[in-house]
Amino acid sequence: MRNVRLIFIREFTAYFATPLAYVFIVIFLMLAGLLTFFMGGFLERDQADLVPFFEFHPWLYLFLVPALSMRLWAEERKLGTIELFLTLPISMTQAVTGKFLAAWGFSVTALLLTFPFWITVNYLGTPDNGVVFASYIGSALMAGAYLAIGSMISACTKNQVIAFVITTATCFVLTLAGSPVILDFFSAWASADIVQAVGNFGFLPHFQSIQRGVIDFRDVIFFGSIIIIALIANAVIIDWRKAT
Amino acid sequence: MNPAISVKGLTKQFGPRTVVDKVTFSANIGEVLGFLGPNGAGKSTTMKMIVGFLSPSEGSAEVCGFDVLKDPLDVKRSVGYLPEGAPAYPDMTPLGFLRFISGIRGFNGSEREERVQNAVRMTRIEEVAQQPIETLSKGYKRRVGLAQALLHDPKVLILDEPTDGLDPNQKQVVRDLIKEMASTKCIIISTHILEEVDAVCSRAMIIASGKVVADGSPSELKSQSGSGDLEEVFRKVTLNA
Repeated sequence: MRNVRLIFIREFTAYFATPLAYVFIVIFLMLAGLLTFFMGGFLERDQADLVPFFEFHPWLYLFLVPALSMRLWAEERKLGTIELFLTLPISMTQAVTGKFLAAWGFSVTALLLTFPFWITVNYLGTPDNGVVFASYIGSALMAGAYLAIGSMISACTKNQVIAFVITTATCFVLTLAGSPVILDFFSAWASADIVQAVGNFGFLPHFQSIQRGVIDFRDVIFFGSIIIIALIANAVIIDWRKAT
Repeated sequence: MNPAISVKGLTKQFGPRTVVDKVTFSANIGEVLGFLGPNGAGKSTTMKMIVGFLSPSEGSAEVCGFDVLKDPLDVKRSVGYLPEGAPAYPDMTPLGFLRFISGIRGFNGSEREERVQNAVRMTRIEEVAQQPIETLSKGYKRRVGLAQALLHDPKVLILDEPTDGLDPNQKQVVRDLIKEMASTKCIIISTHILEEVDAVCSRAMIIASGKVVADGSPSELKSQSGSGDLEEVFRKVTLNA
């Protein structure tokens, strides 16, 4: 735990050592605001809830979260610090967990900074705050799943741009996996079971069900297992290809 | 007592290429062993296997009695390692960087800070201790890397090209530091600068194409050539390999 905490602190402060943290937070908050008010019709809907705010999160995360995860391992490879990092007396589990938690902690921080939306909606009406709370949990879980996948992909390359692009593409497919765009592609040649299996991997239905205010155990397990599987793969990849 | 470092039949293959070929040696506390050899001879790869960064294709390496494959964390605790080029996190200051290392090395509270200050003093980086590492000169960067390696006062120090690219004054600082620590540690340095061997090493191994082609004290190696010139020995044994 101690090592995880030390790695977490180093990685978390690393975001603030460059303008990345501030750029990320400002852009995230601005886009969240724009989408909520203009595309979501937050005020015109005349309903005291945060649905128009949360429903854009999957799309916001799609291109913002890979910007957080791309540096996790690719940068270590590029700088050669991976050799230093992995010859310190830490286990692979601690290394992967510490880095992931730092990125997740950062994205949750950005998410929590959207609290003015919550204050606004409470000022304007009487929303169901249980639903709002569940939506925040769902949004944080989804960000975690994106980040774990991004961290795994970052472990494959020393080029951060490649890590970004591939992470965005992968997360795009996973987000839409339950929708006709992806399912039609599979149903053309795959059996119905496979199509259904692919469909079950879609992030959107799981996120939407949490967003309705029900923190269903299955949805939590879904995002939790995506995170854990991606991180295990992350560790295996690092162990397998340390040098290049 | 176990030797500080014991390497048996250490081999590394990258695909069809054998980069390190059955290297066997041992070294004790008090020795400064120089790995000498042309670029690409396998010096760095051998070091990376001893510190547990790369796993050997064959053979074994033990540090302070710990096997690098069976007890990698114990090996990493016993070793201070300076990777080639002295990589460090560029956005951190030397102090921040060393505090991180000190924490990971298991030091707490006032001892954590004491270790950092001590390493800063030993490597004489006081005046740049608060600047981001990316703004430092090559010489200072190298010394930050050294500070990181000797912070926990390890029994074994493995330094990959500790003086490469430094100016003569900076080289002297690093060499003095190595000599200062020599009696209480087992130190391996790699270099392709022959004068380095005379300057700091008590023993030198010439490595070429992954094999150990000569091993002995600098004076023993010199006596292998008629003229007593280390450079001549180096050329003779590395060109045939």
